Amino acid sequence: MTHADTMPKPRRNVELLLLVLALAVSIGANALISIDDQNAFDTDFWFQSSLLAVAALAFHVVLRIRAKYADPVILPLVVALNGLGLAMIHRLDAPGEDTGNNQMRWTLIAMAVAIAVIWLLKDHRILRRFTYISLAVSALLLILPLVPGISAGEILGARVWIRLGPMTFQPGEVAKITLAIFFAGYLSSNRDLIMLAGRKIGPLQFPRFKDMGPMITAWLVSIGVLIFQRDLGSSVLFFGLFIVMIYVATSRISWVVIGLSLILGGGFIASQVFSHVALRIDSWLNAFTEEVFGRSPGGSGQIVEGLFGMASGGLVGTGLGQGRPNLVPFANSDMIIASFGEELGLIGLFAIVMMYLLLFTRGFRAALGTRDAFGKLLACGLSFAVALQCFVVIGGVTRLIPLTGLTTPFLAAGGSSLLANWIIVGLLLMISHTARGPVDTTPMQPGRTPEAQKTPGKPAAAPGNRPGKNATQTLPDAPTEAVKQL
Amino acid sequence: MSELTITALRFGFLLLLWVLIFSIVSAMRRDLMIGRKAATGVPTARQVRKNPELAEAAPAPVKQQARQLVVTEGPLKGRTIPLAASPILLGRAQEATLVLEDDYASGRHARLFPQGSRWFIEDLGSTNGTYLADQQLTRALPVDLGVPVRIGKTVIELRP
Repeated sequence: MTHADTMPKPRRNVELLLLVLALAVSIGANALISIDDQNAFDTDFWFQSSLLAVAALAFHVVLRIRAKYADPVILPLVVALNGLGLAMIHRLDAPGEDTGNNQMRWTLIAMAVAIAVIWLLKDHRILRRFTYISLAVSALLLILPLVPGISAGEILGARVWIRLGPMTFQPGEVAKITLAIFFAGYLSSNRDLIMLAGRKIGPLQFPRFKDMGPMITAWLVSIGVLIFQRDLGSSVLFFGLFIVMIYVATSRISWVVIGLSLILGGGFIASQVFSHVALRIDSWLNAFTEEVFGRSPGGSGQIVEGLFGMASGGLVGTGLGQGRPNLVPFANSDMIIASFGEELGLIGLFAIVMMYLLLFTRGFRAALGTRDAFGKLLACGLSFAVALQCFVVIGGVTRLIPLTGLTTPFLAAGGSSLLANWIIVGLLLMISHTARGPVDTTPMQPGRTPEAQKTPGKPAAAPGNRPGKNATQTLPDAPTEAVKQL
Repeated sequence: MSELTITALRFGFLLLLWVLIFSIVSAMRRDLMIGRKAATGVPTARQVRKNPELAEAAPAPVKQQARQLVVTEGPLKGRTIPLAASPILLGRAQEATLVLEDDYASGRHARLFPQGSRWFIEDLGSTNGTYLADQQLTRALPVDLGVPVRIGKTVIELRP
């Protein structure tokens, strides 16, 4: 038992078993929502169910081929969450609305993109080459919604959408991935400088401005654009990502102190300067006051109705398809957690929160297991982004913190969020593949290559056959250099 | 459909949700001991029979602690740096702990850091690469006493 880890196991069969269970949850939810209607189990139902099952199994097969050692529980968790979301969105569709089918299309697109990421990228360390390119791409993605012509204008008080033909897309969702790549690449090469150089003031050590320059610009760009786009949720998300990654890289508690004081100060200033932020905070603190409840822009009606919905669900819920969550505005996107709380009750809602928690721990597990600093930081950043998003949304719906416009990962209606989160899942699976795969932990001996230790059939490179001067030339059997920077 | 069936299905679905979660947790149980993953556990006889390469990788004799870093080749030959608990940055940049005057070295070339009782070397994306025992680094690897690490024209070693 103590040697269970000496030989890594792919554990793909466990994944298949859990995947079948996850599909049972998704398809069961989809069946329950229309079980009362005459059109229960119609061709639409079977078509959608088989589409989801085929896509999930295709993903599983790709993992068998490309990332054999990837974490076996990530995919079932995500399929279950996505399936629950699909069922609820489908259930909330008023006659004539098409959000459910649209979400199904986006699910398939997102899974295809995640499969493509795993298939084409092969190794997450290649992304380290694109450190500064990802910074530029993030800036571009964040500026796009402000460019006239591409911009979809102001929708629901925020300028975060762009128009792509008939569809709208939220580029900020993808920007959280590229920003995480940039932070991971930058911090993994510069963390010693940030840690060691710098002046100590009191108990806190401040880095030199020179070392922090690119980080500060990245932060200013994201926050600045988000103030112009009036999207409070994403600005909290990017700032949290920034603080956590720098904390993970340097393990200095001073960063958390600085970050929290900045976020509190920034929040206070924002609530004084921007009216929409002030309204949000007011409708959080005084949600049950009558004039706040009925106020037309920025009232608390949505939050309070969501709370009433969850209260009527009670411990076990009204049952899928039996409640009336559609009374709440945006019941299928911002407030989908309240819809689940009403129909599945506290027990079901806890199951959903538990799934997010498990997903988050698997992301951190991959970060702990992988051996390169870049992969560690990337896995931490990506899984933290998902977790923070859950906290901000679920905390907002349950009135723990002010409600901000972020999407619930995998559950809420919205193609861009689904796409971005599936890409995150693809990257986490790839990182967990390298984390759990076989690697030699034996000390390196002169003249023995890592390959020779892994595959005994291959002849080992003779010691000393390598002149030191021509350092640019590579050995024929040298490992492919994936981590070389630009 | 009758009221009773619907109630049964309702509770059945909640049960199914938690069955999924408990199966996932029990599938993860095995991972709880991965904390010892990096440890060089001794493989059982059965594992060795199935995977012969494990046998030679098995026992790691108790090592002496590295106390200093010695430059054995290159312009800085003879320099020694005492090893403390903090990581060491190697490169041409002025901030580096060991400033290499070497055209083949990058500004921030490599990083030597302690973890547990051993020192590890990690390439920081240098142009010409870092070689541990004539093998180019692709990830952080442990450096044992007396094993040469080549950066450009400089070779360093850890000594007790």
